[in-house]
Amino acid sequence: MSEVFTKSMARNIFYGGSVFFFLLLLALTFQTHEAWPERDNHENLTDTVRHGKELWEVNNCVGCHSLLGEGAYFAPELGNVYQRYGNSTDAIKAFIMSRPKEGIPGRRSMPQFNFDDEELEAIAQFLKYASGINTNDWPPNIQG
Amino acid sequence: MKYESQSVAKLYFIAAIGLFVGQIVFGLVMGLQYVMGDFMFPEIPFNVARMVHTNLLIVWLLFGFMGAAYYLIPEEAETELHSPMLAKLMFWVFLVAGALTILGYLLVPYSTLAEMTGNSLLPTMGREFLEQPTITKIGIVIVALSFLYNVGFTVLKGRKTVITLVLLIGLAGLAIFFLFSFYNPDNLVKDKYYWWFVVHLWVEGVWELIMASILAFVLIKTTGVDREIIEKWLYIIIAMALITGLIGTGHHFFWIGAPEYWLWWGSIFSALEPIPFFMMTVFAFNMVNKRRINHPNQPAVLWALGTAVMAFLGAGVWGFMHTLAPVNYYTHGTQITAAHGHMAFYGAYVMIVLAIISYAMPLLRGRKACNSAASQVAEMWSFWLMTISMVFITLFLTGAGILQVYLQRFSDEPMSFMVVQDKIELFYWMREGAGVVFLIGLLLYVYSFFIGGEERTVEEKV
Ligand code: HEM
Ligand code: HEM
Ligand SMILES: [Fe+2]
Repeated sequence: MSEVFTKSMARNIFYGGSVFFFLLLLALTFQTHEAWPERDNHENLTDTVRHGKELWEVNNCVGCHSLLGEGAYFAPELGNVYQRYGNSTDAIKAFIMSRPKEGIPGRRSMPQFNFDDEELEAIAQFLKYASGINTNDWPPNIQG
Repeated sequence: MKYESQSVAKLYFIAAIGLFVGQIVFGLVMGLQYVMGDFMFPEIPFNVARMVHTNLLIVWLLFGFMGAAYYLIPEEAETELHSPMLAKLMFWVFLVAGALTILGYLLVPYSTLAEMTGNSLLPTMGREFLEQPTITKIGIVIVALSFLYNVGFTVLKGRKTVITLVLLIGLAGLAIFFLFSFYNPDNLVKDKYYWWFVVHLWVEGVWELIMASILAFVLIKTTGVDREIIEKWLYIIIAMALITGLIGTGHHFFWIGAPEYWLWWGSIFSALEPIPFFMMTVFAFNMVNKRRINHPNQPAVLWALGTAVMAFLGAGVWGFMHTLAPVNYYTHGTQITAAHGHMAFYGAYVMIVLAIISYAMPLLRGRKACNSAASQVAEMWSFWLMTISMVFITLFLTGAGILQVYLQRFSDEPMSFMVVQDKIELFYWMREGAGVVFLIGLLLYVYSFFIGGEERTVEEKV
């Protein structure tokens, strides 16, 4: 690099630029918080849903599935599974309940988690809640 | 090695390489599960293998970064490390905590692990990359703070260089942004939003500072180029990294419930993120061309150039490929993401750690400048085996990803996820094949440390 552009100029760009854009990130984050109530489906965030989220986490579902496109890519997207299963939490529960303990020979299999009725309901409600978030029209179609 | 206390780095480097081998073994397990779904089921379900694979990656890179700091900070600061004892103690704390966590993943069901470790008191588990039990996370914070204290005080009492300053800012940022892993709101949208404050602001933010400073150190040592020039480059590279990368976080806010304006902010700023990676490539080649010495440690130079090129390809090119919102709408959460994640992590962070290990390890083992010619040849072979097989892993996953996007999301009659997975099986087999070559390369890398023989010494260039 030429001599006109000195080290101290480079340093100032670094400090100035980082501080400026960090503050901009904070400002946009603040603005995002303002916009959330319209989009984040918090009105359906019930205690059952909270419990469902906890179950989602402590069973590491995201280790195989994606949720709103984030997670693993081994098993189907679940952000819209509620719609894919015909807007039915019962269908979701039936699927989770019916996984064979030893898996399906030769196929990718989902474990049997032995959830009780209350837990099944919580997970299904959590997925229903997730499907109500405004995701700017993602995913492109029902297949996720 | 100029300072006795630099030798603690050796422990960190050895642990890093050991865990790297474990990471790859579990990668291969998952690769097989992709095509033979019931492989090891139900003993090691896919999600368990995945946690082991990704968490080992993160932990060994952290070992690598800390080892790099313990090696280069005394040398840059021209003084002994503040407390070598503390560095050794924290090494064992981190290793034992890491090993127990991995064993926990493998030996008990994850929900049992959550219960055993009291996750309900402060729920932080079960989110991608942050699967560690809360007590492990607290352990990581303690290790990070002791480490920062140790290297911080070393710098304070010694010479302050731009390299140490940038490295310290990067490492402090790493610790600070990790604190977001303790924030796990019930609101899924907020949870996801702040999750990226750890993941994105690490790899496309503060880790770039760590990478650039280690690269600058290795280049100063192996090329003999004037420090002033290198420092100017370093500043401008990290300036571009943060200027683009901070707002670039927005490329993860497109579809998770954040407002629409992020489609613009995220697309525009993240489209600029390749710039710092491109500058690193130009920087590395420029410095090597302008070198004043021919350093006899050829693999170290090779890794340094390699990391610059591969980081640009993996992060810059493959990142750009899917970062604009209209493209990401279709590629989000597919094998395209996995392709990019692999090459970016390998090119930027695996290779920079291997570069500093390659430079420092011979010196830590009491050699004058480098390993024997035979050992260097083996190491360079391992470089090419790993790097080329990673290119193929990336290409195969990209092929799988393009088909997946087309069949599942783009065509007129979209097919279901599992049907599509069956159709693209061939690509997964080829990925697994390339993965086996990667493992062979890695084993050769490990073996190269055990090849003895006559060493060479530094020759000055005219
Ligand atoms: C060499 C053989 C390897 C194989 C067969 C392999 C396989 C895999 C598989 C199957 C996944 C899970 C994808 C999914 O969620 O469905 C994965 C994830 C991941 N692997 Fe590897 N891997 C290998 C090497 C590596 C290396 C060398 C690195 C680091 C440089 C790495 C970093 C990662 C990362 C960061 C993820 C998470 C990706 C994401 O979330 O998009 N892997 N790997
Ligand atoms: C060395 C630097 C980088 C590393 C290690 C890295 C790694 C990763 C990983 C592991 C993921 C998957 C995260 C998940 O599991 O959800 C990811 C996602 C992503 N990365 Fe990077 N990345 C880097 C740089 C970049 C750059 C420079 C760009 C843009 C130019 C970029 C664009 C993206 C995008 C758009 C996604 C989201 C993919 C999706 O929608 O599924 N990355 N990156
Ligand atoms: Fe990112």
